[in-house]
Amino acid sequence: MTANGGATGTEAGHEVRLRIRRPFPPAVSPLPEGGRDEAAENRDDFSSQWQLMRRRFLKHRLAIIGSVVLLLMYLAALFAPFLSPHDPTQRNVAYREAPPQRVRLFADGRLRGPFVYALIGEKDRETYKTVYRADRSRAYPIRLFVQGHSYRLFGLVPMKVHLFGTGVEDVPVHLFGADALGRDVLARTLHGAQISLSIGLVGVAISFFLGILIGGVAGYFGGTADEVVNRLIDLLISIPSLPLWMGLSAALPRGWPVAQTYLAITIILSLLGWTTLARVVRGKFLALRESDFVVAARIGGRRDLPIIFIHMVPSFLSHIIAALTLTIPGMILAETSLSFLGLGMQAPAISWGVLLKAAQNVHTLALAPWLMIPGLFVIVTVLAFNFVGDGLRDAADPYAN
Amino acid sequence: MIRWLTRRVINMLIVLWLISVVSFIIIQLPPGDLLTATLIALEQRGVEITDDLVDDLRRQYGLDKPPVLQYVHWISRFVQGDMGRSFVWNAPVNELVGERIALTFVIALSSLLFVWIVAFPVGIYSAVRQYSWGDHTATFLSYIGLATPNFLFALILMYVSFRYLGLDIGGMFSLEYREAPWSFAKVLDLLAHLWIPTVVLGTAGTAGLVRIMRANLLDELRKQYVVTARAKGLTETTLIMKYPVRVALNPFISTVGWTLPTLISGATITAIVLNLPTTGPFLVGSLLSQDMFLAGSFIMLLSILTVVGTLLSDVLLVMLDPRIRYAKQAA
Repeated sequence: MTANGGATGTEAGHEVRLRIRRPFPPAVSPLPEGGRDEAAENRDDFSSQWQLMRRRFLKHRLAIIGSVVLLLMYLAALFAPFLSPHDPTQRNVAYREAPPQRVRLFADGRLRGPFVYALIGEKDRETYKTVYRADRSRAYPIRLFVQGHSYRLFGLVPMKVHLFGTGVEDVPVHLFGADALGRDVLARTLHGAQISLSIGLVGVAISFFLGILIGGVAGYFGGTADEVVNRLIDLLISIPSLPLWMGLSAALPRGWPVAQTYLAITIILSLLGWTTLARVVRGKFLALRESDFVVAARIGGRRDLPIIFIHMVPSFLSHIIAALTLTIPGMILAETSLSFLGLGMQAPAISWGVLLKAAQNVHTLALAPWLMIPGLFVIVTVLAFNFVGDGLRDAADPYAN
Repeated sequence: MIRWLTRRVINMLIVLWLISVVSFIIIQLPPGDLLTATLIALEQRGVEITDDLVDDLRRQYGLDKPPVLQYVHWISRFVQGDMGRSFVWNAPVNELVGERIALTFVIALSSLLFVWIVAFPVGIYSAVRQYSWGDHTATFLSYIGLATPNFLFALILMYVSFRYLGLDIGGMFSLEYREAPWSFAKVLDLLAHLWIPTVVLGTAGTAGLVRIMRANLLDELRKQYVVTARAKGLTETTLIMKYPVRVALNPFISTVGWTLPTLISGATITAIVLNLPTTGPFLVGSLLSQDMFLAGSFIMLLSILTVVGTLLSDVLLVMLDPRIRYAKQAA
């Protein structure tokens, strides 16, 4: 932080501390972490910008909940094969469109621990639909750390242990039901998270690079560069994004391997995603260019690049991070939409959009509403990112009122 | 004002030109040239492919010339209103596009109206009764609305109405009007079906606008002129509606610029789920079958309408807000 920023921070810090202290007398603190908080506030005069921001972020309750949810989601994606009881590609004719199995605790009025019944499908004579009923003759207990299909954790460590399962070959446990080919929806949702959740991060990383570069050039140099970049951003914003994305991804060859399609889709999403970031960066550059500490650095003989990266970027990095966080959900939604339309990730790959594609018409939905469960995950993830982004945005400028 | 408008229109023309380049690139993107797709289509229809035919088609589409000339060829015909032929439908693109584009815009505009009608009172309420029970509900619903993708919302709505009301709500017209010529009754039938895509599309926009309206109005409510007005004895309703609301109203107009592209995007995908006879399913179909003249023209047309809509909203904003008007004049 520069001298200039540090000084304002101290002044604002006083105000914040005075206002917060009054309703919470230091002696009685109902919160367990209250003591630490109080001590931290006493250090306000010496707190760095980042410490102030962290404290402010921790006060945003929804943002905290959002971060926890996101952490769990990403962990689940990382450990997807361990968490899922079945191979996501394993078909099972006996369980086509089988509803979610109920986890039961009691059999004949006695506590038996968690167990499931196997399902038996029968064709309804009038409608020719398969109707499933539980076979109550035998209970299959759900056990932890059972042996199942083999997989590689993180693509490296060969393993066979799964968090839970029946441990019996022919009796699956479908907590989220099964799809039209009898594949486990839970396993597919967890594996789908790997693509759906990471595409946002990778896409944002690319957008970040483009946004800083292009926005920075526009804001720092101004003049013609600024004018050109502005026109470009105008152009990209005024084209309806989905048709453009669709047009670009339709040009991808169908036969490409998953990894290649993935990368291509990410790049296509970033082509539009950088505009928001570039605008934020440009605005900040314009504002900071004339500020005292930048002028001082320039008079001191610094070159352009060090000024940008050593003096200017750190002072608005927090804003960028907040803007980044708010860009991710848009990317996740875009991937889901494209794959849903059949223009994004393609069938052997598993993503939430690909899964939702199976739930496209109302008659399937009426028969197997559990196919919409991946959609629930989309909503929760996007919600969590929005909360975290809001929290970060509020925290980004700790010296503001 | 005139000078500003001229500059704005010139800017718009530049943007339009760039969009046409982008659209043309999209048309050119798929591997092989336009002819590959045509020839396959013709072959499937049982037409014998001769070298003469190939050369003929090449000349007809201008494919024997370099890309820049091809672009000039395409755009000059586009400006004259000839958008080329659809290979799959074997019909001029113009015929296929017209009504669909119109319906897309009917849906987008009705969604825009829906957004305004709902966001206006809810936003004001949320700001005036900040942290009340109703404000929290509105905030919560806005977040959900922003997080739910359009197509998922449409799916859920369809599922619920099918499962619990026994209604199949897809489509834009009832069966008996689907092929009928336009009449008053058909318009009424359209209106009866229109509300579902309108609600589906409008939800995200409404949620966003409620947040903006609330934030803006909260800022305004803290200003001194509000205190002054209250001190001189105005009733609360008059006070709020007459001053701060008018100031906070700007986003309703100024967000049209980015709401419109979002609505069009949303309309594209919602239409597929709800099975609406708009641009959406058609665009996806043409992209999947690489019917690129059709696809490129669609993207171009949708963008043109969006850019023009944005310009209109800017003009409206300048007319409504004197502060912006003077700032523009000074510039």
